[in-house]
Amino acid sequence: METFFFVFIATFAICTALAMIFSGSTVNSALYLVLHMLSISGFYLLLQAQFLAVIQILVYAGAIMVLFLFVIMVLNLGEDDTLKSHINFKEIFAFLLGVVVLAQLLYIVGGYSGVLPELTVEQAKAVGTVEAIGDELFTTFLLPFEVTAILLTAAVVGAMLLAQKTSNVED
Amino acid sequence: MEILNDLMNYLPAAIVAIGGLVVMMQDGYKVKSRTIYSTTMIFLGLALVVATHDLFFAERSELFSGMALSGGTAAYGTFIVVFGAFFTVILTHDYLIGVKHNFPQVYPLLMFCTVGMITLATANDLVTVFVGLETMSICLYALAGIIRDKRLGVESALKYFIMGAFSTGFFLYGIALLYGATGYTRLEEIGAFTDGGLIYWGGVSLLMVGFFFKVSAVPFHMWTPDVYTGSPTTIAAFMATAAKTATFVALVLVLERALPFAAEQLVGTFSVIAIMTMILGNVVALVQDNVKRMLAYSSIAHVGYLFVGLAAGTVEAYSAVLFYLLAYTFMNVGAFGVIAYYEKNHDVHFNNVESYSGLGYQQPIMAVLLSIFLFSLAGIPISAGFNAKLLVFAAAVDAGLIALVVIGVLASAASAYYYLRVMVYLYMREPKEVVTLIQPKLVYSVSLVLLAGLTLYFGVMVGDVMSMLNSFFAVSEAATAAAP
Repeated sequence: METFFFVFIATFAICTALAMIFSGSTVNSALYLVLHMLSISGFYLLLQAQFLAVIQILVYAGAIMVLFLFVIMVLNLGEDDTLKSHINFKEIFAFLLGVVVLAQLLYIVGGYSGVLPELTVEQAKAVGTVEAIGDELFTTFLLPFEVTAILLTAAVVGAMLLAQKTSNVED
Repeated sequence: MEILNDLMNYLPAAIVAIGGLVVMMQDGYKVKSRTIYSTTMIFLGLALVVATHDLFFAERSELFSGMALSGGTAAYGTFIVVFGAFFTVILTHDYLIGVKHNFPQVYPLLMFCTVGMITLATANDLVTVFVGLETMSICLYALAGIIRDKRLGVESALKYFIMGAFSTGFFLYGIALLYGATGYTRLEEIGAFTDGGLIYWGGVSLLMVGFFFKVSAVPFHMWTPDVYTGSPTTIAAFMATAAKTATFVALVLVLERALPFAAEQLVGTFSVIAIMTMILGNVVALVQDNVKRMLAYSSIAHVGYLFVGLAAGTVEAYSAVLFYLLAYTFMNVGAFGVIAYYEKNHDVHFNNVESYSGLGYQQPIMAVLLSIFLFSLAGIPISAGFNAKLLVFAAAVDAGLIALVVIGVLASAASAYYYLRVMVYLYMREPKEVVTLIQPKLVYSVSLVLLAGLTLYFGVMVGDVMSMLNSFFAVSEAATAAAP
C-alpha cells in the first residue's frame, strides 16, 4: 500500500514538475507548481512527518503561490509575452551537463546503504508531531532558530532597501 | 541558567543582533540618518570591545547544546568580522553620503550581515553553518544593489543573488548527503566517521563546491569581478574581507574537525584549485584598467594563496591561513577605503587607473596610505601581507608541496606589477584633467591611518599571533585525542 502511494505520488510530482517547466504560459506554470507542492507534502505524510506536510501546504501551496499568482496578474503578462525558448549550443551543453550531474547523484543515492537508524512506525510517528519538532527547535536547535529570525528580518529590510526610490535619501 | 551562560559567551553576536533591531526600529520612526549611524557605531564598538576581550580571555567551550563554539578560532573569527564591520560602517557612511545613496536601511543590514558572519565563524554544526551563511549572503545580495541607477549595480545584485542561491542549493544538498552518510550534522561526530563510501564523497564534494563558490575560488569565481565592480566600493571591501574571513574560518573548521579524513585525500584537489586560482587571478588582474576590478581579481588571487595553506592541511598551515585572513582584512579594507575616497570626490565611475594620474600630490596622506596597502597586498617586506604569504608558503613547504609554493611565489611576484602600476600613475604621470580632492573627514583618515598602522605592525610582530593561533588548534587536537 505504501509503495503504491509512493509510486503514485512520485509520478505525479515528476509529471507536474515537468509540466511546470514546459508549460508556455506563466499562470499555468504557477498552477502546476501548486500541484507539485501538494505532491511533495504527500511525501512528508508518507514519511510520518505530519507537521511538515501541513506546513508545506499552508506556506508553499497556500501563501507563497498566491503571491506568485498575484505578481503574475499585476505584471499582466499577455499571450505574446509568454516564455519562449530558443535552442542554442549553450543550452544543449547545459542540458548535457545537467544530465551528467543527475546521473552521478542518482548513482550515489542509489548505492546508499544507510547508517540512519531504522524507526518503527510508532517512533516515526512520535518524531513528526508538533510537540517533537517544537521541543527540538527550542532546545537543541535554539541558536539556528534564532539566527533564522534575524535572516527573515534581514530579508524584509533588504527588500525595502531595494524597492525604494533613490530620492528618499536625506543628507 | 545554562542559556544565560551561553548567551554571555555569545555576547558579540547578541549585541550586534540587538543593535541591528534597534537601528531598524529607528529607521521605522524616521530618526535622522546621523543618529542611526551613531547608534550603529555604539553597538558595533561595544561588540568590538567584547570580541577583543573574548579573543584573549574566553575559554574554549561549546554553546547552545553544541551548535556553536566560543573561544579559540571562534573568538578569532568573531574578532575579525566585528573589526571589519566596524571599519566598513565608518567608511560606508562617508562614501554613501558622498555618492548620495545614504539609505538608512544599509545600517541594520550591515549589522544583520555581521550576525550571520559571526554565526558562520563560530559554527560547530552544519545546520548553524548553513543558517549563518544564508543570513550573511541575503544581506550581501541586497547591499550589492544599493547604487541601482547605474546598470552595473543592478547587474551586480541580480548576478550575485541568482548565482548565490544556486550555490546554496549545492551546499544544502551536500549537507543532506553527509547527514545521510554519517547520521550526524555535528562537526566532530562527522569527523569520527572515516569510512568513505560514495554518498560520503558526494556530500563532501557538494559541500566543498558550495564553499568554493562563496570564497570565489576558480572555477567558481565568475561572479566576483562583476559583483565587486557594481557594488558600492566599501561594501565590496566588506564582501572581500569579513565575508571571506567568516567563510574561510568555517571552511577551516569543517576541514579540521569534520573532514580530517577527506582533507587528507583532497590535497590534490586543493592544489589544483590553488594553482588555477593564483594564475587566473593574477594574470587577469594584470590587464585591468579599472582599479576596483583589479582589486576584485587580486582578491581571487589571494584566495589562491589561502588555498595553498588549505592544501598543506597541517596545524601550522591552518594557523597561517587564519593569520592571512587577519592581515588581508586590514590591508584590503584600507585599500578599498582609499579608492572609495577618490571615487566619492568625483563620481561612481572614477575608477580608471588613468584618472588617478598625478593625484599623489593632492592630499598626499591618502596616496601614501594607498601605497602602504598596495605594498602589503603585493607582499613586500615589512608589511602584514609579506608575513602572511611567508607563513602560508613556509607551512606548505613543510608539508612537501614545493611545486605549489614555487608557482605561488612566481604568481605573487607578477602581482607586484599591477599593484605598483597604480602607484606609478599616482606619482609619476601628469594629470590629464584637473581634479580637486576635498579634505577627507577626520574620522575617515584616522581609521585608515589606524588600518595602515596595523598593517605595518603585523609586518614586524607576528610571533604572538602565530603562537596564539597554533594554541587554538593544539587545544582542539588535545581535546579530540582525549575524546574517544
